[in-house]
Amino acid sequence: MKNLRSHITGYSTYAIILVFLLVLTALSVVVTGYHLGAFSVGIALLIASVKVATVISYFMHLRSENMFLKVAVSGVFILFGLVIIITFFDYLFR
Amino acid sequence: MTDHIVHTEHIDRETGKLGMWIFLFTEMFLFGGLFLVYAVMRVKYVDDFHIAAHDLNTFIGTLNTVFLLTSSMTVAMAITAIQKNERNLVLFLIAVTLLLAALFMLNKYIEWSHEFKNHIYPGSKVLKNLPHGQLLFFGLYFMMTGLHALHVFVGMILLTINLVKVKTGSVNHEYYLLLENSGLYWHLVDLIWIFLFPLLYLVT
Amino acid sequence: MGETGGEIYISYLKHKGKYKGILSWLLTTDHKRIGLMYFFVITVFFFIGASLGALMRTELIAPGQTIMGPQTYNGLFTVHGIIMIFVIVIPGLSVVFGNFFLPILIGAKDVAFPKLNLLSFYLYALGAVLAVVSQFAGSGPPDTGWSFYVPYSVESSTNVIFALTAAFILGFSSILTGLNFIVTVHRMRAPGMTFFKMPLFPWAIYATAWIQVLATPIIGITLLMVIAERVFGIGFFDPSLGGDPILFQHLFWIYSHPAVYIMILPAMGVVTEIFPTFSQKPVFGYTAIAVSSLAIAFIGYFVWGHHMFTSGTSYFSRLFFSLLTFLVAVPSAIKVFNWVATLYGGSIDLKPPLLYAVGFIFLFMIGGLTGLIQGALATNIQVHDTSFVVAHFHYIIFGGMGFAAFAGIHYWFPKMYGKMYNIRFANIAFGIIFTGFNLFYFPQFIIGMQGMPRRYFDYLPQFTPIQFISTIGAYILVSGLVIMLINLFYARRKGAPAPANPWKGVTLEWQIPSPPPLENFDGIPEITRRPYFFGEDKADKKD
Repeated sequence: MKNLRSHITGYSTYAIILVFLLVLTALSVVVTGYHLGAFSVGIALLIASVKVATVISYFMHLRSENMFLKVAVSGVFILFGLVIIITFFDYLFR
Repeated sequence: MTDHIVHTEHIDRETGKLGMWIFLFTEMFLFGGLFLVYAVMRVKYVDDFHIAAHDLNTFIGTLNTVFLLTSSMTVAMAITAIQKNERNLVLFLIAVTLLLAALFMLNKYIEWSHEFKNHIYPGSKVLKNLPHGQLLFFGLYFMMTGLHALHVFVGMILLTINLVKVKTGSVNHEYYLLLENSGLYWHLVDLIWIFLFPLLYLVT
Repeated sequence: MGETGGEIYISYLKHKGKYKGILSWLLTTDHKRIGLMYFFVITVFFFIGASLGALMRTELIAPGQTIMGPQTYNGLFTVHGIIMIFVIVIPGLSVVFGNFFLPILIGAKDVAFPKLNLLSFYLYALGAVLAVVSQFAGSGPPDTGWSFYVPYSVESSTNVIFALTAAFILGFSSILTGLNFIVTVHRMRAPGMTFFKMPLFPWAIYATAWIQVLATPIIGITLLMVIAERVFGIGFFDPSLGGDPILFQHLFWIYSHPAVYIMILPAMGVVTEIFPTFSQKPVFGYTAIAVSSLAIAFIGYFVWGHHMFTSGTSYFSRLFFSLLTFLVAVPSAIKVFNWVATLYGGSIDLKPPLLYAVGFIFLFMIGGLTGLIQGALATNIQVHDTSFVVAHFHYIIFGGMGFAAFAGIHYWFPKMYGKMYNIRFANIAFGIIFTGFNLFYFPQFIIGMQGMPRRYFDYLPQFTPIQFISTIGAYILVSGLVIMLINLFYARRKGAPAPANPWKGVTLEWQIPSPPPLENFDGIPEITRRPYFFGEDKADKKD
């Protein structure tokens, strides 16, 4: 089968993405040094989410995939998030 | 009377990729169940989780994160290399990915040995005498990193198969679905670790 | 386009490929043969599961011990549930009719990943065998109920891990099948067949496949957690170690509720194919039925807590789940209106498929309405864990999905085997099954309301008359099933050859020979018309 994608991602693009990911990793380690109480989970998860989105978009090429797949991937995360939130309807209000 | 082969040897690339993405969704939900348990327990035992997490070595955890992120880059580069028909580069990049994976597993072995030496493992007497939240933290730690390590191992097998097939030429710049899908699987292993790392190692 | 005419074609049953004899079945990648292999295993296990049920009913014919003690009874209802749920109804219509007809209905030669399809089958067979082995190996058949609630599933000294492993493997098979079907629908539709030109059975299979893929992994990891509890005392669900047993219930039902939609959506898809054919007019409200399948799959993901109303969850959580439970009934009701509207004004041909399909509507409605009684918080307290619940889900699963399965079998039998069965005997069997079914299960609503608990091997004397009637009903039901089976079995061997289109259907499967050739179509069909086109004068004005 011929290549359907119009371009091939260059090596340097990948390297830049890795640097970005490593910087975020360092950031998340540094941030844990500060006493932010309840916010620490939130910030750690936020940084992790950005890293995950980056890996999915660039390393896994979701950026150049069709709309259906983009919607499906987002939908999976949203669905899982909803399941956690609804479970906490029980735990937070007991 | 002709002997029809209902399916061709090669699976259409978009079809194969879609199949792999859907499989990745199932893996996300598999680990998702553990993340759900973690969320419930962490909210319940905020302090105990902090205390127990101190036992983990943040440096090793960070190092492992670096290994996996880098290995994601190398396997993605391997796809570019095979698209450009740079066969030797493909072999090199897959080999580096495997090396990083092996280093990850070595680290995991070191970590777990450290815990075992302190008699901390699922079902141990020491664990049972810890406060509940700490006991549960370690239960989650072993189950989540254990299941993850199993997936790393499977990923290593897939990458090795690709190494062989690239060498023999059955995975090549015209048909490289196996490498592409193995790469996607490898990225998933990385994604799970990206969430595991802060939840287990960066609990302040 | 494939009518036998004067040309020689070779049916998939007689096709000679790479392997001979039994291997041509065991190593096949033809979706039709795989569907038949599933059909065979499911039929065998259905009668095993039904026999277990009949034994339970015999025990319950009178108070006190009748033919078995309490431990045996507990083991029976556990394995009855495991087999019926994990081996029969969850795979059920997807693996038999989904495998056989999904590719044909969308104009494809096979599924997207035929070898993966065969792997799914072997995982399924392995899981089914393990479920049976759990009865005999080691320390005794599991007695936890198919729901494996902690703490008992952790404490019970029986073969729980065997059963958990069987369920895990069956779940993995389900995941791979769902994956295969999603990709098949996305990538293998014939040219011109947009999503909204697909018939409604593929729509149902598609919606079901998403649930299989996104819900099943949760039960997978939960079963692993229970194994970890049993082996290591990992503590997630153990209050003495700081865990929460209700967390198990959450995780269990996060899968097991969507699982019931895995059971019912294909069934709804089957009857949706039958109504237009036997009314000779298009489906009323095609878009509504297609979209409601997706809506049921989606909303059904958020109602799991209605199995836990009496477990001690928060009031807010109970409110939420009750509301969502009422909401999910709406798309199901929409389908019922559309089916009835399809029949209305049609040229009705009351053949066995339609008999079962109409029976389905009646029984499914009873099941659905009694589900709403359970979905309301106040009435739930009265009926939870009683025979009322047992009656409800048997009306839905057996009266609903089971009757839809029988409808599908009688509809597609001539296509699958190229033989026609005896219509009169099929009708007689239907009458006996329908009578026996209602005599068996309806009284269970009554004693359930009056307080008869479920999963009890004994009961108070006041329930004796109804328990007796129920058991008689069960025996009648089983005789009907046996007659149905014998009729079909005989037809497979000695039935009259069936034409390509015995029911005057208009979907793709009726445009190819009975049985179909190996690759289904002479050439890939080109789709120009909408799926239920009975001729201009009969066409609905709106879609």
